[in-house]
Formats: sequence, structure tokens, C-alpha cells
Amino acid sequence: MTTLSFDSPADPILERRRQIQGIAKATVGRRKTYSRVAIGICWVFLVIAVIPLVAVILYTLAKGLPAWSTGFFTQPTKPEGIPNGGVWNAILGTVIIGAIATAVTIPLGLLAGLFLAESDGWAAGAIRFSADVMTGVPSILMGIFGYIALVRTFGYAGWIGAFSIGMIMLPVIMRAGETAIRGVDPHLSEAGLALGARKFMIARRIVLPAALPGIITGALLAIARGVGETAPLLFTIFGNQYLQANPTKPMEALPLVIYNYSSQPYADLIQIAWGAALLLMSAVLILNIGSRWLAGFLQRERR
Amino acid sequence: MAATSSEPLGRGQRHSRFSLPNGGYRAILIVGGAIFAALVIWFLYSIVNQSRPAFSTLGFSWIFQKTWNPNLKKFGLLPFILGTLETTAIAMVLAVPIGLGSALALAYLVPQRAKVLLGTAVELLAAVPSVVYGLWGVIALAPLFREYVEPFFSSTFGWTGLFNGADSGVGLMLAGSILFVMVLPTMVAISRDVLAVVPKEQVEGAMALGATQWQVLRKVVLPEARAGLLGAFILATGRALGETVAVALVIGNSDYIAHSLKSPSATLASLIINNFGEASGTELAALFGAGLVLLAIGLTVNSVARALVRRSGSSGSVASVAVA
Amino acid sequence: MTEQLSRPTVPTAPTPPTIEDNVNLTTGEVFLDRSTGHPVMQLKDVGVAFGGRAAVRNVSFDVFDREITALIGPSGSGKTTLLRALNRMHDTVRSAKVTGKIMLGDTDVYSGSTDPTLLRSRVGMVFQRPNPFPTMSIYENAVAGLRFNGVRKKALLDEAAESALVAAALWDSVSDRLKAHASTLSGGEQQRLCIARALAVEPEVLLMDEPTSALDPIATKRIEELIGELKSRVTIIIVTHNMQQAMRVADRCAFLLMGEDRTGELIEFSSTSKLFSEPDDPRTLDYVNGRFG
Repeated sequence: MTTLSFDSPADPILERRRQIQGIAKATVGRRKTYSRVAIGICWVFLVIAVIPLVAVILYTLAKGLPAWSTGFFTQPTKPEGIPNGGVWNAILGTVIIGAIATAVTIPLGLLAGLFLAESDGWAAGAIRFSADVMTGVPSILMGIFGYIALVRTFGYAGWIGAFSIGMIMLPVIMRAGETAIRGVDPHLSEAGLALGARKFMIARRIVLPAALPGIITGALLAIARGVGETAPLLFTIFGNQYLQANPTKPMEALPLVIYNYSSQPYADLIQIAWGAALLLMSAVLILNIGSRWLAGFLQRERR
Repeated sequence: MAATSSEPLGRGQRHSRFSLPNGGYRAILIVGGAIFAALVIWFLYSIVNQSRPAFSTLGFSWIFQKTWNPNLKKFGLLPFILGTLETTAIAMVLAVPIGLGSALALAYLVPQRAKVLLGTAVELLAAVPSVVYGLWGVIALAPLFREYVEPFFSSTFGWTGLFNGADSGVGLMLAGSILFVMVLPTMVAISRDVLAVVPKEQVEGAMALGATQWQVLRKVVLPEARAGLLGAFILATGRALGETVAVALVIGNSDYIAHSLKSPSATLASLIINNFGEASGTELAALFGAGLVLLAIGLTVNSVARALVRRSGSSGSVASVAVA
Repeated sequence: MTEQLSRPTVPTAPTPPTIEDNVNLTTGEVFLDRSTGHPVMQLKDVGVAFGGRAAVRNVSFDVFDREITALIGPSGSGKTTLLRALNRMHDTVRSAKVTGKIMLGDTDVYSGSTDPTLLRSRVGMVFQRPNPFPTMSIYENAVAGLRFNGVRKKALLDEAAESALVAAALWDSVSDRLKAHASTLSGGEQQRLCIARALAVEPEVLLMDEPTSALDPIATKRIEELIGELKSRVTIIIVTHNMQQAMRVADRCAFLLMGEDRTGELIEFSSTSKLFSEPDDPRTLDYVNGRFG
């Protein structure tokens, strides 16, 4: 040890440094191998994760595109054996049901979101907690709810499907709205208050516009989630192989077509199911991408 | 955002003279909150009330009985409770390591450009409707499982006794695997977010002490993100427990307790969806009761996990990721 | 590696500044003067570039054993960038490239055979903001570096942790609550815990990146006193934007300045007294007199 010739041999610090560096040097090979193996496993897991996800998309594209004919978009569903069946009735149903659910849940969700953002009492706490819990409630229960609460009285109808789907969307919009509203700089509304503006005006003219990107993102994501749901519709809209634009009657919807046809033994129906799956998936992905783009766009506009 | 403040307040009056006094505004907000509260209570009341006949006719122990046979007026839920827990367990056993590993890779290992691309792709995949996964499972995966995956597991791990019975494709294994694929994007997207927000100073602090890359991730990043990771786990578990149509398409729908991973089985959700059409009377009440049990399992998982997060000292993350 | 450190490889070393026996003001413990009077680190024509754009270049100076060397200069002059090159913290930034030569004893810091993790166990670092690991207790924080480096022996961990906490003037206030979370400490205490955490590995050089910039004046004073006490134990390189601080604690100073092309360069390197009283370069004089920056 040349070290010690320069220093007091009894120096505990240099002695410990020698000891620690010895251990570090002796173990570095093992530690680095361990690290490389663990990091390698992370990479492998990433590949494993990507494979099935890419497979779903590609498979749906490959099987669904051939189903997209003019008749697919213009004809209603037809029983097995009758050619030129489409999903026009299901597209219409999904659009109408989605529109009703959106039209009702967005204003209601925003009001409740504003309430949550502006209140801190036990009632707001309880509502916030239930909203969090409700986002995690399995969607099938919302279908059962719609059935028990409304179908038994009014019969199967498109608007009840919208109700069940709205129950899924509502807590998402509420919490997204609350988060966006709470994110607005409090100085803005204080300035409004100082000018003597009423709270309603402040909410309408200052808070809501400032929170708009977050609200829109939340709403679009909620819609995307809502229109993709199958289980709630099975209990509420029943399905209808004829074109039906009246939401007080049983309706068809894209998820129902996919679900019902996928367990059929007929190749032409399964092809329709793939076509519908591709359509539904594209719609949901476009809503998602659109919400990101719009949020980013509005964010930039404000600067 | 600053532009909003420069917008003169008076401009509002030009568009609309309508306004509300503060009290009225407050009242409307309260009505909004109250409507939601009423819906939640109505929801709980409906399910509890409609499943009551099952409890009064069959007694409480009905939930844990083994036989489901409407002809014999037996509506035991045990096979379905087990099926629900088993498929979820299979999904989570796969999703936790693979999701965590992928999230670590996405947050810390992948180059910047690929990070954005892969990250967005994963987030989008979390939005693919479950029925699409179900269709893919029953058409594309079931034959694959029947011809290759199940024979492989039977011959390789047959000695464990977990893979007895015929190779049918559909069953617990396929249902668990489909659920795994379905919850994976949720797991990865949220985990990646919470891992990525661990402060850079912490990462550098560990690096500067001579930690290897894995030590940094394992000893500093993962522990600091654990509350958020638990949130990702809860959300993914909740989704797996309650998933209905995808599972109903691939699980094989048997009313008996599965004796192997290849056996057809059923979950509470798939039981409800498959029997709902023809059910009436006590059976219908029992199906609603199955829904209630499903709700109870979900709420238990949720509140246990919330309590764990609270105990581990970090706050808020679960609530915030729940919306994400 | 320790052998390499102390071997008198550079015979041209100037006469070392004499350092009297150091007394730890908190404990009264007397440290030995371990200074060998030789350079521990040598920088030759060092430059750092990000994505082809030079942030700092042409830096050459020697860092002497058990001295405190301060890197001073206005913001943007590349002090922190240069400091982080010394323990290869730029390795994680893909676009970063370090040129020139940095020697730690006989070890070429950027040679392919030098392991960055082993290097960092020899060159510790304290950051601008206190960054104790929030999920670990005070004790676990203190021994974190040792554990990273493969030390498992409880006796050695305990001994090193106590010694480091004593040296960081933290032992008296935390010895009875070593299991408490690091987040229960005040900002100044957290920074001292970070210093202890770095010291516990017994590095040869300790890099400090504006270690008091996030602290209040009282905590700053305590850290400055601490730095003075530490130099009997470890060679310190400190980045500071505070000239009084450099004057108070440093033996030598390196003055960096951003040139016309926004790249930091070394203007002057000399003993603190010379740099502040009769610098060679007029720009140094301007800066230390507060005329710009």
C-alpha cells in the first residue's frame, strides 16, 4: 500500500476509503451484469407488450377493410344468407345514442365539476369520492341499472342506452372538469370579483374559457369511452335489425353488432363484425387523437 | 391563459345580458352536484333492491354455494366469483411485471423520439373498445391457443396439474390472456406517467453516488413512484374484474368450478350477460345479486388499495390518475 | 486505486499551501493533515458540447489534494457544465460530448476502460437543491451510496454513516432518530444529509454545485463552515455564483466567462487571494469588482 507511506497508517478515513473502494471494485462486475440483465428484461417486456397490441390493430385492419363496401355503410344489418348486409342502422344508433349521452352529461358534468371545484365541505368530499368510485364501477352494472330503473317502465329504447352510457361518462367529465377548473389561476377570478362581477359571470366569462382545453379533452375522452361500451347497451337498447332513428324505440349500435356477430358461425357475419370493429376502433381513436390535438391547439391559441 | 384576463369583463354583456345573482349561481351548482348524488343513490338502491328477493329466497350463504342450476332452483355464485378472481389474477400476474418493465423502459430507456411515438400508441390502445379485443380473442387467438399454446403448456407444465383436460382454446387461460392484453395499456400508460415524474434530482443523486442504472431505477425511482403505481394497479384490476363482453366471448361459459387453466369457466359479468335474456323471478334476482357481488369486490379492491396508498404516505395520486 | 491517487506522479507540483491541523468545531475531533500537495485532478483542454454546440471549452487547471477549488463566473459561463463533466454526469445526455483530458490520479476519467459508476464512487457530488431520497430514512440515506457500491457489512455501514454524519455536523441532532424520514429535516439539514451521503462513500473528490443556493443565510453559513472543516478529509471543487463565498472558503479559484460565441472559457486560475486582489486578466478584475455578470 503506497497510500500509507504518505499518510498516518492509523488514519481511519483513508483505511475506510481503501476498504470501500475495494468492495466497490470487487462487486462492480456483478452489479453491472445484474443491471444489464434487469434492463434487458425491461426491454424484452416492452417488446412483449407491443406485440399483442400491434397484432390487434393490424388484424382488425386486415380483416375489417375488406368488409368496407358501399353497402356496409348504407344498408342495415341483414340476417345470414341475405347478401349486401351493412351496419348503417348500427352507425346511426351509435351516433344518436352517443349524441344524447353527450348532450346531457356535458352540461350536467360541468355543473357538478364546478360545484366540486368551488366547494370543500363534506358534501363535496362525498360527491368527489363517489365520482372516483363510479369511474371504476364495471360498465355492466350501469346496464343493469338502466334496465332496472327505466327499461322495466318504458321498454327497451335508445335513450335508455344513452342514460346508461351517460352514467359511465358523467363521473369522468365531472372529475376532468374539476381538475381543469381548479387549474385556472385563482388570480383571474379574484380580479373579476374585485371588479364587482357576479360569480356566474366570472365562471362563464373567465373560468370556463380558461379551463376549456382540459374540459374538452376530458369530454372527448369520455365520449370515446362511452361509444365503445357494449355491456350497458345489451341491457337497454336490445338491438334492432331495422333502421331506427327514434330513440324511444329499440336501436342497434356498433358494439352490439360486433358482439352478436362474433359468436356466429357464418363467415359473412363475422366479416361484418370485423368491419364494424374497424369502424368503431377508428372512431374512438380519432376522438382520442382529436382531443389531444384540440387541447394542444387551444393551449397554443391562448399564448 | 393570460389572454383571458385581458378580455374586458364588459364584453360579456354584449353577447348576453343574462346573469344570475351569486345565490342563484350557487344554487344551480348545488343542483348539479345533487343530481349526481341522487343518481348514485338511485343506482345503489336499484341494484340492492332488485337483488333482495335472491337473498330472501336463498339466504345469505347462497353467494358461496357451488351449484348454478336454474332448473333445480340453485343459484350458487361460487364458480363465478372464483372465475372472476382467477381470470383477473392471470391477467395481473402477467400485466404487473410486463407493464412495469415496459413503463420503466418507456420512461427511462427508450430514445426521446420513440418515447413519444410509443407512449402515444400505448395511450391510444387503452381506448380501443373491449368488444374489439373480444372479437380478436375469439376469432384469432382461440384457434392459436387450441393448436399451439395449450398443447405446449400441457406438455411442458402438465406435471403441475394446472393444465389437465382437453385443448379447447377457450377457457380461463385465454380469458386471462385477453384481459392481460386489455389492461396492459392502462397499466403501462399510468405507470409510465408516474415513473417519469420522479424528480430528475433524485435520479442524478443516486447516479452520483455510483449507482448502476438498474439500482437507480430499483432503489430510487420505483419506491418514489409506488403510490402512483398502486393507482395504476387498482385501475387495471378494476377493469379486469368488471370486463364483460370480451371475457364472455372467450371464457367458454361453464357453470362449474374450473379444475384446470384450460377449463371453460365463467365470471360474474359473463354469467349475467349470458343468462340475462331468459332469466326471470329468482334467477333474475340472483343475476342482479351477482352484479352486487361484483360491485362489492370492485369497491373492496378499490378501498383497500386507497387505504394502502394513504398509509404509504403519498397522497392524491390515485384520485388524480383515476381521471387520467 | 487509492495507490494511484497518492503516487507522486506530477513532480512539478507547486509547494502545497500549509494546512494546519483541522479541528471539527462541532465535535472537537482533530483531523490529520492528509494533504499530499499533489494534484488529484488534472484538466487538460477540457470542453463540453451539446449537439455540436460548445458550452464550455479550453479549460485546463489542476485541482490540488485537500484543497477547495472554486469555479466562479457569471451565469452561462459553463461552471456547472464543467463540474458535471468531472464525474461523467453528462453520460446520460445523448447529445453531450466531452473533449480534452480529465485525470483523476492515474485514472483517465473518459477512457473507455474507466467505469463511470466506479468513478462516481471516487468523485462524489452535492447538488444545488437538497435531494435526499424521500422514501428512505436518515440512516438509509447516509448509507445509500455504500449500498449502491456493494457494501453489505453492517459494521462498516454503521461506522461510515456515523463518521459521515459527524463530519456533516448532523450527528448530534439526528443520532436519536436515524429511522425518521429524511423529509422531516429542515432544508439546511437536508443539504447536510446530502453531504453526509456523499462523504460516506469516502470519495477522493467532492463536487459541490452551488450547494447553498437554495438555503437561507443561516443554513448557508453553517454549510460554509462545514466545507472548511471537510477539506482535511476530501478535496472539494465548488461551483458558486457568490463571490464572497468563494473568497471565504476557496484556496484556489477558476474564473470562467462566456465568450462572444456564448461558449464558456477559463479566463484565469490562481490562488484565491491573487485572483481577488491582483488578477492577471482585466476581465477578472472587472468581475470580482462587480462590474458585470
